[in-house]
Amino acid sequence: MNTIIEFRDVSKSFGGRPILTDVDIAVERGETLAIIGGSGTGKSVFLKHILGVLAPDQGHVLFEGRDVAMMTEAELIAMRRRIGMLFQGAALFDSLTVAENIRYPLLEHAHETEEKLQRIVAEKLRLVGLLGIEEMMPNDLSGGMKKRVGLARAIAINPDVILYDEPTAGLDPANTKRICRLIVELQEKLKVTSIVVTHDMESAFAITDRIALLSGGKFAFVGTASEARASINPLVQHFIEGDTESVMKREEP
Amino acid sequence: MTERVSSVRSVIEKRGATFLDFLTLVGGIASLGGQSLIMLFRKRLAGREFIDQFVAIGNRSFSIVSVIAIFTGMVIALQLAVGLGRFGLKLYIGQIVGLSIFRELGPVLTSLMIAARVGSGIAAEVGSMVVTEQVLAIEAMGASPIQKLVVPRMLATMIAAPLLTVIANVIGTIGGGIVTCAEAGVTVGYYIDQVRTTVLIEDFFTGLAKSAVFGFLIAIIACYHGLATTGGTEGVGKATTRAVVHASIMIFIFDFVLTKLFFVLLET
Repeated sequence: MNTIIEFRDVSKSFGGRPILTDVDIAVERGETLAIIGGSGTGKSVFLKHILGVLAPDQGHVLFEGRDVAMMTEAELIAMRRRIGMLFQGAALFDSLTVAENIRYPLLEHAHETEEKLQRIVAEKLRLVGLLGIEEMMPNDLSGGMKKRVGLARAIAINPDVILYDEPTAGLDPANTKRICRLIVELQEKLKVTSIVVTHDMESAFAITDRIALLSGGKFAFVGTASEARASINPLVQHFIEGDTESVMKREEP
Repeated sequence: MTERVSSVRSVIEKRGATFLDFLTLVGGIASLGGQSLIMLFRKRLAGREFIDQFVAIGNRSFSIVSVIAIFTGMVIALQLAVGLGRFGLKLYIGQIVGLSIFRELGPVLTSLMIAARVGSGIAAEVGSMVVTEQVLAIEAMGASPIQKLVVPRMLATMIAAPLLTVIANVIGTIGGGIVTCAEAGVTVGYYIDQVRTTVLIEDFFTGLAKSAVFGFLIAIIACYHGLATTGGTEGVGKATTRAVVHASIMIFIFDFVLTKLFFVLLET
């Protein structure tokens, strides 16, 4: 295995409030890493650093050994072309149909023929189990369907890395299971590197090889799912038991 | 004594912070405007977005601009009929109505209506896209939100504003004509002749140039506030209000600056 994404002593604060403090982690090619943490612990900020949308105050974020903050615009675009992201609220473009949403990243990066574009849209929709809704508008879809279309859009460019921002937040148990199953299936079929940010420990256990617990701006625990279960770290235990109140208390400065 | 010093200090700090916010705002708008103009010439235009915006601006503003224009023309003529009537100068109403509409009222009132109707819409739309992470999604897919969102809106407003101004000029002049003919007892032919001989081609084109600049300001200010939206749906409301207020203020400031500039340029 080799490292694809690496955080070296990354610190970031907003308005004097530290969000990430000396964060160190390496993501290996082909693995699924779940990043767990309560709300406001900097999980989304972590993902935005990978995309290069935010730059660290200190430290370095490396993509295949190259510092994201030092990349030129062309290099940044080339890197983003290899990353697909599923947003928390799916972030589908309201004014475009489902098919146009999935095509969006393709038109951005490659000039494909109409026939090929249609084939790709159909193929991606089949992967997420939603074939036949091409002409629907995002506003006509349920929350779970939006997420699946968002996922189809994220994988449209055949990315090497998929970032998931709270993929199961706001979904009912059936849809949560379906999304978790999809993440695992995509992982097996596409052999991508996945980083899943979530506050839901159960989903994390269902999809992941490795879990990292973000607390107080740092990783309080990094290990496999079985190591997490066996961990005596009280914070990890609180998360496993779903005792979010204790977790929040501990995270308060 | 120390209390007084600290209260003076806090007042100065507050004023300083307000001034810094103002500089950040002006700098941010100028920077977005500059980047958008550069991108307009260097990058491919998002054609469909441009056409959609252009049609939407026309649809949203045509009727309101027409109503405002006809009543403005009518009310100026009415005021002049009374005002000039005192000196027995009713025959000159057409000249003043024509000049004030083509030079000033057509471009400024049309642009204010566009700021209220279109600027608010742009700020609300872009702000909602920020809140729902659609703008982040554009960036994450390796595209530029300025190219995709700002440039088409800027170009559409810059072209639509002068076109709507032409419509406002014509309708305003007709409105003025109706009242002039009724109140001053002049013939339609005489009124049209008065307008034609007084309003020069440069009056017409400086008015259009002004409205193109106003259109640019409206779109850039609205996009700036939309893109700077924070704090969920409440933030979208605030961004919308700021966009309309700031655009309206800038229209008046630039109106003076441009009027002076055109006088200087056309005199030499």
